[in-house]
Amino acid sequence: MSVDKDTVRRIAKLARIALEEERVEPMMHELNGIFSWVEQLNEVEVTGVEPMTSVVAQKLKMRDDVVTDGGMAEAVTANAPRSEDHFFVVPKVVE
Amino acid sequence: MSLPTTLTDFSLAEARDAIAAKKVSSMELTSAFVKAVAGAKSLNAFVTETPDKAMAMAAASDVRIAKGEARPLEGLPLAIKDLFCTKGVRTTAGSHILGNFIPPYESTVSQNLWDAGAVMLGKTNMDEFAMGSSNETSYFKPVVSPWRAKDSNQNLVPGGSSGGSAASVSANLCLAATGTDTGGSIRQPAAVTGTVGFKPTYGRCSRWGIVAFASSLDQAGPMTRTVRDSAILLRHMASVDPKDSTSVDVPVPDYEATLESGVKGLRVGIPKEYRIDGAPLEIDALWSKGAEWLKAQGAEIVDVSLPHTKYALPVYYIVAPAEASSNLARYDGVRFGHRTKDDIRDITDLYEKSRAEGFGAEVRRRILIGTYVLSAGYYDAYYSRAQKLRTLILRDFTEAFKKCDVLLTPATPGPAFALGEKSSDPVSMYLNDVFTVTVNLAGLPGLAVPAGLTANGLPLGLQVIGKAFDEATVLRAGRSIEVAANFSAKPGTWWRAA
Repeated sequence: MSVDKDTVRRIAKLARIALEEERVEPMMHELNGIFSWVEQLNEVEVTGVEPMTSVVAQKLKMRDDVVTDGGMAEAVTANAPRSEDHFFVVPKVVE
Repeated sequence: MSLPTTLTDFSLAEARDAIAAKKVSSMELTSAFVKAVAGAKSLNAFVTETPDKAMAMAAASDVRIAKGEARPLEGLPLAIKDLFCTKGVRTTAGSHILGNFIPPYESTVSQNLWDAGAVMLGKTNMDEFAMGSSNETSYFKPVVSPWRAKDSNQNLVPGGSSGGSAASVSANLCLAATGTDTGGSIRQPAAVTGTVGFKPTYGRCSRWGIVAFASSLDQAGPMTRTVRDSAILLRHMASVDPKDSTSVDVPVPDYEATLESGVKGLRVGIPKEYRIDGAPLEIDALWSKGAEWLKAQGAEIVDVSLPHTKYALPVYYIVAPAEASSNLARYDGVRFGHRTKDDIRDITDLYEKSRAEGFGAEVRRRILIGTYVLSAGYYDAYYSRAQKLRTLILRDFTEAFKKCDVLLTPATPGPAFALGEKSSDPVSMYLNDVFTVTVNLAGLPGLAVPAGLTANGLPLGLQVIGKAFDEATVLRAGRSIEVAANFSAKPGTWWRAA
């Protein structure tokens, strides 16, 4: 399987990474180099094999549904590039 | 025990014992390492040095020691990979996007170390988001290995992604360091710098507060100068943690106590699939020598087969980017991290520009691979198939461990290479992890031990792989290799400031 330029543009859009038009073709070649290398996985018969969900067999841990943490708006917003009164500031989203 | 004359030549165990015997104070020890770090700028091993914090922690340790309240790692200076969040100390993950990130919390592993009394020298350089095998993807410029080939002035890579930690341990800039290993990022740099690196079983150390790369593979571990030091450090890094639901609630043994028990009667498996075409003869010869060393100490050598080995790297390059594309979705230029200064049209534009500017080429490439293999219509062909292969890879190990107790393999397909030598071809760079990546996919413990030098004087390592949560046996076998190899080579001092 290989990707074309439109697919590269679509993946970049899905990943929310701006990709300049002149980078689309080189990226396509880089990705196809990697995809052609992983193609060898198709040699293996995997019918009836369960996909791995956990390397170490263990039961999913449960805890009581209670508040254990919180009330730290200052710490949460301390690293924000822009914030005001403990809110994150973003460009206008709703017209 | 005769101690080295230079404080920075101490092993972690020697320093611990010297502090306990009051032969040296933490302030003396720490100030020697702070000076060593300051004099090693040309290696670029640290992203952030914290000399003031180190001296303050050392002073506090000396007070505790004087009061007879010393803890197990009291006053011992360590370097921390810049992937572990450290409260109030910048944590970058080697990325521009986290270039100014100051965590308001501490990772569980580093907190465990501080609770045991350790001292922080600073944060070590690494491949961006731990994606790389040479340290060349760091936004903060590559780490240079202190090692050079005989009669050569060429700069070599320290391996990666924990290259700053490996270079620091190898050049005696710290007593020991932390690393993380997703596909080989502790063991590969350890092997090419003549140091010991140990990736424990998945779930042994909490992942909480470690910047996430591929969550089903990431695991923290020690990077040290001796196997004993790894045994000591791992014990104090490991813990079950309510903040990481995948951390496992099993007792953490005193690995040091069983370290010298030897390998008599231990069954050591040699997986034939690890003999790869094109690997240097020196790698094969060292591997055979390793088996002979263990046999001479009473181990039984058993031939085993891990038939799906050749699929491990391609499986990894689906699973790891898939998980990374999901984990790295959090970098949005809004809540923390880099935000574009460009004019923007709307919020999507803000995301796209911030992420394009903030992530380096290798990270962008892997996010795109991951996004593709998880996208509608391709999930079954790539991700689901890869996870099935992963089941088969784990099954190979389970079968092999019916015949043996540990496996012995080479750690890397070759010694350190030159800066720039492999950075233009992603697949050839990925092949560095051919012997280490299987272990991550199966969640097992793997230890790299320095075992010899190439003809031109560069370190090579062997790897011991064990059963899940059997780190004690892995360390015991590693110790036996260390004794037999008697590896004492150190890098030159060309990098030291005059």
